[in-house]
Amino acid sequence: MAKRDRLSGNEAVAIALRQINPDVFPAFPITPSTEIPQYFASYVANGLVDTEFITVESEHSSMSAAIGASAAGARSLTATSSCGLAYMWEELYIAASNRLPLALALVNRALSGPININCDHSDSMGARDAGWIQIYAENNQEAYDNMAQAYRISEHEDVRLPIMICQDGFITSHAVENMELLEDGEVKSFVGEYNPEEYLLNADSPMAVGPYSITDYYMEAKRNQAEGMKNVSRVVLEVAKEFAELSGREYGLFEEYRLEDAEYAVVIIGSAAGTTKDAIDLLREKGEKVGMLKIRLYRPFPAEEIAEALRNVKAIAVMDRAESYTNHGGPLGADVMAALFRAKSQALAVNYIYGLGGRDVRVEDMEGVFETLRQIDRDGDAGEMYRYLGVRE
Amino acid sequence: MSYNFKETMSKPERLAPGHRMCAGCGGTIAVRNVLRGLHEGDKAVIGNATGCLEVSTFTYPYTSWEDSYIHNAFENAGATMSGVEGAYKALRRKGKIDDTYKFIVFGGDGGTYDIGLQSLSGAMERNQDMVYVCYDNGAYMNTGIQRSSATPMFADTTTTPAGTCSNGKPQNRKDLAVVMAAHDIPYVGQTTFFKNFRDLHVKSEKAIYTRGAAFLNVMAPCPRGWRYNTPDIMEICRLGVETCYWPLFEVENGKWTLNYQPKEKLPIEDFLRPQGRFRHLFKKGNEYLLEAFQKEVDRRWEELLFLCSR
Repeated sequence: MAKRDRLSGNEAVAIALRQINPDVFPAFPITPSTEIPQYFASYVANGLVDTEFITVESEHSSMSAAIGASAAGARSLTATSSCGLAYMWEELYIAASNRLPLALALVNRALSGPININCDHSDSMGARDAGWIQIYAENNQEAYDNMAQAYRISEHEDVRLPIMICQDGFITSHAVENMELLEDGEVKSFVGEYNPEEYLLNADSPMAVGPYSITDYYMEAKRNQAEGMKNVSRVVLEVAKEFAELSGREYGLFEEYRLEDAEYAVVIIGSAAGTTKDAIDLLREKGEKVGMLKIRLYRPFPAEEIAEALRNVKAIAVMDRAESYTNHGGPLGADVMAALFRAKSQALAVNYIYGLGGRDVRVEDMEGVFETLRQIDRDGDAGEMYRYLGVRE
Repeated sequence: MSYNFKETMSKPERLAPGHRMCAGCGGTIAVRNVLRGLHEGDKAVIGNATGCLEVSTFTYPYTSWEDSYIHNAFENAGATMSGVEGAYKALRRKGKIDDTYKFIVFGGDGGTYDIGLQSLSGAMERNQDMVYVCYDNGAYMNTGIQRSSATPMFADTTTTPAGTCSNGKPQNRKDLAVVMAAHDIPYVGQTTFFKNFRDLHVKSEKAIYTRGAAFLNVMAPCPRGWRYNTPDIMEICRLGVETCYWPLFEVENGKWTLNYQPKEKLPIEDFLRPQGRFRHLFKKGNEYLLEAFQKEVDRRWEELLFLCSR
């Protein structure tokens, strides 16, 4: 039986974690993710979970301890944002190369500097090549649902890779929305018990983790990770199907919003997708064929499926909430353009950088983006493909 | 705890031979003898900071470790083992495991005094049930003998070379055992390879079976970095202790105990002379450097005597 509630994104994720009841949660506070361990600490203090909650002295240590716990055979996780993620960078790669299924509740926030506590995706985008699965949410409901599905994907025997469940700092982490929660027992049985085959505390078979491996084996280790990544899309869809049966809420690799007959489309990640939907609805009322593709699974990147979904679109705006300093666009732009190129797409495409450091993106901003796409289509030329939205020049 | 040398030495080795550490390496001597502190039948997870020990004992696909073992990175052995120990608590609570496990970390002075200090400090402050063992060879030996904060004053290292304008490392070494004692943890011990290893064996067993956080600082000479005649390692350690450069002491729940008082405190030159890294101190005109070194050894020794007298 689903329960309706009004919750912030942080509390929703914390509740999902309480329902999952993980074994080990090392944590270090950083705005705007702080509330997740804070809520969780109160669950620990009141006996609502069996988790070993370790209040470490930094994010480097929170991820290090999560790795140690996972290697030891525990279901573990941590939560962070921005500089906290940057500080644990090295550990992200180590978690992935050890094929450890652990979760990171990431609340997206701009990287310093200048120091800024508000939302953009520079933190997780920088970690996109670390070997983690990355799943993004548009709203609080999705953040909760994604967290509930995280371990099923990460721990799957064909995957065994760490997973980053991302939501937008403040915009969803702190804003309170109406949403539906699953019953504790439903989440518990959906997620299941974690019983790894090999782990440090296996008395019958000691294990060594974290070898020195040079030219003779390193490349095979990396290839091995890539093999796990190849299975992620399939597993994400399988888990989503089961989750839909439980919750009635459907998820895919991405969401297509009024895209079927769209001539102009926006590709976007995170909370600004909601704003984009409003712009689309307004423009559709005026008879304009506009739509959106909202990325849910960003790593691995479902390139073929995305290109297929965009096959009939004339002009595309790829929206990046992070810079990449290539002088020709952001990280999502590069991925989408490559997908279109491989699919021999003839669509015109531009790449916008928007919303850095929490810069607001409004419905009229997105209407303007669609207007630009129409103009590009009329001109038959994308013009400057690397653009900024909502910046004072 | 009664100590039986023969019994201790006849325990099965927990670090298998065939690893790639240098002949005469103090690090491996430290590891093999600390692990003799484990009671037979008890299981252990060994943690390791990146360093000589890690790259030489767990070169894929081979491992020398008989126990479960985890290496994560250079600066986070304390945090990594905190996670392992946390998992142990959680899984025991859930009834998923019932064996007795002990958690022992080995880090060199680079991974312990310097880059790993924050992670170590956190683990100790949280009183995680583990022993952190620093095998202190007084420099970053794995990367080629660069100075660390454990490097003694005036040592010639590749980043503090002695030269016409330099007398080697200009600063004193950090006294990490004292820093760890200031964490108010249940057990801190400082030891080395001395006489029949009784001091090291007894302290290891104590540290391993202390409930809560324990720290062990083991002077573990590196023949490459210190440039002494490799077979003389026991003599080097003896001189370290007899000159009071490396005193043997322990701090149990705040109570300081001196474990060995030399009958006659030897001059620091006796410890420095056999080591190539201090050769420049014995040039004519550099007597004042030896005096300064001696003065620092004396000051620290007096301070230790004071702490142990309370």
